[in-house]
Amino acid sequence: MAGQGRVKLKIDHVEKTFQSRKGEVVALNGVSMDIMENEFVSVVGPSGCGKSTLLNIIGGLTEPTSGAVYCDGEEVTGVGTERGVVFQQYALFPWLTVRGNVEFGLNMQGVKKEKAYEIAMKYIKMVELEDFVDSYPKELSGGMKQRVAIARAYAANPSVLLMDEPFGALDAQTRTQLQEELLQTWEKEQKTCFFITHDVDEAIILGQKVVIMSARPGRIKEIVDINIPYPRNQETKMTTEFLDVKNYIWSQVYKEYLAVKK
Amino acid sequence: MKTVTKGEEVQIGNKIDKPKRRSNRNFIDRIPNKAWLGISLLVAIMFWTILSVLPSTSRSFPNVFLVAESIGTMIERGVFTKDFASSLISILSGFGLGFVLSLPIAILMAWYRPVRFIIEPWIQFIRNIPPLAYVPLVVISAGVGRTPQIIVITIATFLTMTITIYQGVRNIDQTLIKAARVLGAKDKDIFLRVIAPASLPFIMTAIRLGTAVALTSLIAAESTGASAGLGMRIRALSNTFESSPMLLYIIIIGIIGLIFEKLAKVLERRLTGWQDKVE
Ligand SMILES: Nc1ncnc2c1ncn2[C@@H]1O[C@H](COP(=O)(O)OP(=O)(O)OP(=O)(O)O)[C@@H](O)[C@H]1O
Ligand SMILES: [Mg+2]
Repeated sequence: MAGQGRVKLKIDHVEKTFQSRKGEVVALNGVSMDIMENEFVSVVGPSGCGKSTLLNIIGGLTEPTSGAVYCDGEEVTGVGTERGVVFQQYALFPWLTVRGNVEFGLNMQGVKKEKAYEIAMKYIKMVELEDFVDSYPKELSGGMKQRVAIARAYAANPSVLLMDEPFGALDAQTRTQLQEELLQTWEKEQKTCFFITHDVDEAIILGQKVVIMSARPGRIKEIVDINIPYPRNQETKMTTEFLDVKNYIWSQVYKEYLAVKK
Repeated sequence: MKTVTKGEEVQIGNKIDKPKRRSNRNFIDRIPNKAWLGISLLVAIMFWTILSVLPSTSRSFPNVFLVAESIGTMIERGVFTKDFASSLISILSGFGLGFVLSLPIAILMAWYRPVRFIIEPWIQFIRNIPPLAYVPLVVISAGVGRTPQIIVITIATFLTMTITIYQGVRNIDQTLIKAARVLGAKDKDIFLRVIAPASLPFIMTAIRLGTAVALTSLIAAESTGASAGLGMRIRALSNTFESSPMLLYIIIIGIIGLIFEKLAKVLERRLTGWQDKVE
């Protein structure tokens, strides 16, 4: 799957400098990479290296200081429904039910009521929440909330899915389960995925490529191809292929972590 | 449901702390919450009765029966319903006006920096001045009667509600707005489908605080030469040292406050039941 097809996202010499009270903070210092259509890319790197900043720029939520991102060859100048985002803090609308949340994007795009309902139910079933259709977010566990967030992003039918540590707040078990669900979904309905995580295991099990970012100012240190065939599951984590690549990525990330400490 | 949970927690705590006095505890735990209300009322009336007997306080606190009797006296004099209605009209119109004004101003303050920077300090400044202080000024321009009463209550409720709503709208979770935008929401959708519902809890809080402020500023409002009203009557009665009806009126004001608060809470639960509130 990797290495073929056309470029979906082109990240072209993106730089981002924030003005803060303590002066300028260079969050991204010349980041360039191409992401192919339907490719699953995981991103790891030490805290504060600019992962979220990069995701926000791709999503059109933040403007780069210089450089540009192109989606389907067009420069990104703002948000667009072809680029969906799943936030770490779920960001569900607490006043809407599960169904209301999943239908939100469809309503915004002017999809007819019955059609919106049909699509929403499809994705609610996909994340196995059909028993909670009319529940409010406060009645759901963290894992369930994140499932709703994923269903909501999927229902709006973006071709690019940007995920910023979506499973970061979940316990290990729920996390593993959601990883498998996400993979199954992605294999069924291919989308270009940009997935930020702190967890090297998670990055490898999901991604066709793992992007390792270096400590601030953020740059791409290395892109590692993960040549483990899909479908992948928990047993994949026991294979030598997995362990080898994990060791390698770990050592690279660890170096960056040490660089931050200094 | 929530209170039941609380009760259970207390029980568990007690059992762990003092297992020996368990039977004793169980008796107290078995008293239902409704009964506690009655017990509390009894204790208060007992306390009141003591005050009505003590020489140093008896003149301010006539006993329960005298106060209850004074309802008849006030009705006979033909003022009871008039006072009650007059105060209610002033409170409701003042509060209503205050609310209608505070909503747009609060939203403008939250969204436009110049509006915020120019208005907020003054709202904070005036909010801290007791309404009684500016009543004479209101009377000079608005004369006596209903108008100045409504103006005073409007000012007081407007200030409180504006600040409450404004702070709420400013603190709306920005990720929700981002989430809506990436799902295709335009400015209008953001306002109607995100800002408005997200502000609702703060608007409800503002309503609750607003009714309380309306009631506290009532006395000040009715010192504007009103011809009837609960607050006005209390002042009038003080000239003749009639403490029984005075105490009666004071208790009525308290009851009105209680009813307003209950109503506001019911409304709050109805409209913002989706909230993840820790009570
Ligand atoms: N709005 C902002 N204003 C000022 N500085 C910012 C802003 N957003 C991010 N930064 C800075 O930019 C750098 C990169 O932040 P970013 O959130 O992208 O890091 P991250 O890699 O996502 O970290 P984490 O893994 O902890 O989420 C940090 O040093 C941060 O302090
Ligand atoms: Mg981040």
